[in-house]
Amino acid sequence: MATATASATGKETGGFWSRRRKLRLQNHLLTYLVLVPGALLFLYPLLWMISTSLKPKHQIFTYPIEWIPDTWMWSNYGEVFNQVPFLTYTINTAIITVIGVIGTLFGSSLAAYGFARFRFPGKDALFVLMLSTMMVPIWVTLIPSFLMFRWFGWLNSYLPILAPAFFAQPFYTFLLRQFFMTVPVDLEDAARIDGANRLQIFLNVMLPLSRPALATVAIFAFFFYWNEFLLPLIYIQDQSKFPISVGISAFVSEYRSDFALMMAASGMALAPPMIVFFLAQRYFIQGFVLSGVKG
Amino acid sequence: MFRSELLRREAVQGYLFILPWFIGFLVFTAGPLTAALGFSFTDWNGVSAMEWIGFENYIQLSQDSRFWQSLKVTLIFTFFYLILNLIIGFALALVMNQPVRGMRLFRTIYYLPAVLSGVAVAVLWSFLFHREFGALNWLLGFIGIKRIGWIVSESWALPSIIIMELWRVGSTIIIFLAGLQGIPPELYEAAEVDGANRRWRLWSITIPLMSPTIFFVLIVGFINSMQVFTQAYIMTRGGPNYATFFYSINLYQTTFRELRLGYASAQAGVLFVIIFIITLCILWISRYRVNYELV
Repeated sequence: MATATASATGKETGGFWSRRRKLRLQNHLLTYLVLVPGALLFLYPLLWMISTSLKPKHQIFTYPIEWIPDTWMWSNYGEVFNQVPFLTYTINTAIITVIGVIGTLFGSSLAAYGFARFRFPGKDALFVLMLSTMMVPIWVTLIPSFLMFRWFGWLNSYLPILAPAFFAQPFYTFLLRQFFMTVPVDLEDAARIDGANRLQIFLNVMLPLSRPALATVAIFAFFFYWNEFLLPLIYIQDQSKFPISVGISAFVSEYRSDFALMMAASGMALAPPMIVFFLAQRYFIQGFVLSGVKG
Repeated sequence: MFRSELLRREAVQGYLFILPWFIGFLVFTAGPLTAALGFSFTDWNGVSAMEWIGFENYIQLSQDSRFWQSLKVTLIFTFFYLILNLIIGFALALVMNQPVRGMRLFRTIYYLPAVLSGVAVAVLWSFLFHREFGALNWLLGFIGIKRIGWIVSESWALPSIIIMELWRVGSTIIIFLAGLQGIPPELYEAAEVDGANRRWRLWSITIPLMSPTIFFVLIVGFINSMQVFTQAYIMTRGGPNYATFFYSINLYQTTFRELRLGYASAQAGVLFVIIFIITLCILWISRYRVNYELV
C-alpha cells in the first residue's frame, strides 16, 4: 500500500530521472515509516520482559508503568535458582536438545539420501507417504504411543521424546533431500571409481558437502527440542527430570503473582534460542528458502 | 543381465537408507494410528477391561457441546490467524524487499520472535496482557483505548492468543521474501515498459508468481494451528468460560484428566480427518489456482 501512493504522486515532476529519484526517496521514507515503529513493536514484549525481570517487587505493580528499575535487581535471576532447581532444568533441556538434534540429523539425512540418490520401486509413493505423515496430528498417535512406551518401561525417561528423532522427521528429510539433489553427481562418481561404497560416499562426500543444509536442520531441531513442552509434560513425572518448559509451567502455577521471577526465568529460557539465532541467522533463513520457494 | 544386477543392488541400497524412516513410520505413526482407530470403538480407562461399544463414541461426540465448542474455537482461531498471518507477512515482506539502508537490522528484529515459542513466551505474554499492570494496556492508553481484559475477558481471550501468535510472523516473512527474490526482475521491467503501475504489477505478477509460496504457508500454518496447545494451556487453561477451549485442550482433559481413552481416540481421529480433508482441499485448489510454469 505504501508503494502505490508513491507511484501516484510521482507524475507531476519534470524529467524522467528526477522523477525516479523523488520516487525512490519517497519509497525509502515510507519504508522507514512502516519498519521503524513495527520494529519497536516487535521488540516491545522482550523489553518488557527484561525490564520486569530487573525490577524490585514494589515497582512491578505500579501504574503508569515505570520502565527503569529504582534498584537493578540482578538478584531476581539468582532467586530463580533458589526457588526451583533451575540449573537442573537447564541441564535436562540441554541433554534433550543435544540428543534430539543428533538423532534428527542422523535419521533424516539417511532417509533424505535414500530418496535423493537411488532408484527403487515405489520410491515416489513412499516419499508422498512420508510427506503425508506431516498431516497426522500428534494427538492421534499419543495414546497408543503412551501405552507402548509404558510397556517398554520408558515412562519418566527421555526415551519417548528422543527415540523417534532417530527415525527421520518428514519435514527435515524433505529439506535435506531438496539440498542433496542440488549437489552434482560427478563428485560422488569420482569417489565411486575409487572404490568407495554408497555408505562411505554418503559419509565422506555428501555430508561434508551438505554442511549448510545440515546446519539448517540442526538449528530448526534445536529450537524444537529446546521448547518442547507437551511430550515432557506427559512423560516426565520427577521434578529432577523436568526440562525448562515443564519447570516454568510448574513454577508459574505455584508463584502466580511473582512476575519478576517469572520474567527472569522466561528470559533465561529464551536466551539460548536468541543466541543461536544471532549466531546462525543465515542458516535459519536458508531453511525457509529451501522449503518454501519450490514448495 | 549385468545392468539389471546393478539396478537391483541400487534398489536394495536405497531401501536400506530409508529403512530407519520406514521402521519409525511403522512403530511411531502407522501402528499407533491403527491402534487409535481401534480404541475409538471402545470404552476404556487404560486399567479396567476394554469394552467394545461400536460407534457409541462417535454418536456421543456429535451431541457433546464441549466438543463442538472446542472445534469452533479452533476453527475460528485457525481462520483468523491464517488470514492475518498471510496478509501481515506478505505486506511486511513487500516492504522489506526494498533496498533500504539498515534492512539487515530490521530483518533480524522481525525474525527474532519467530524462534521464540512455547512456555516462556506464553508466560511473557500473560503478563504483557495483564489488565491493570500490563504493558499492552499501558501502550494503548496513549491512543485513548480503555483497558482491555485480554486473556481474562471472554470476548478478548481468543483474539489475545491470535495477537501473540502474530508476533511470530517472522517465519512467514522469511518465506515470502525468499519467494519475492526468486521472481525474475525482467518481468517487472517488461511490465513497466508496458505502462503497468505498481498496483497492477502486484496483482498480475507478484501475487500469481507467489501463489505456490502462499499455499505452502497456508498448509503448514493450517496443520500447526489446528493443534495449538501450549499457549492456551499456560495462559488460560481453556477459559474464561471455554473461550479458548482449543481442540487440544479438550483432548488433553479427556485423556489425562478423565482417562476416557476410547472417547479421546475418537476425538483425535475426527481431528485427523478434518486436517486431512481440509489440507487436501487446499492442495486441490492450489492445483487449479497456482501458476507453477513461470516459477
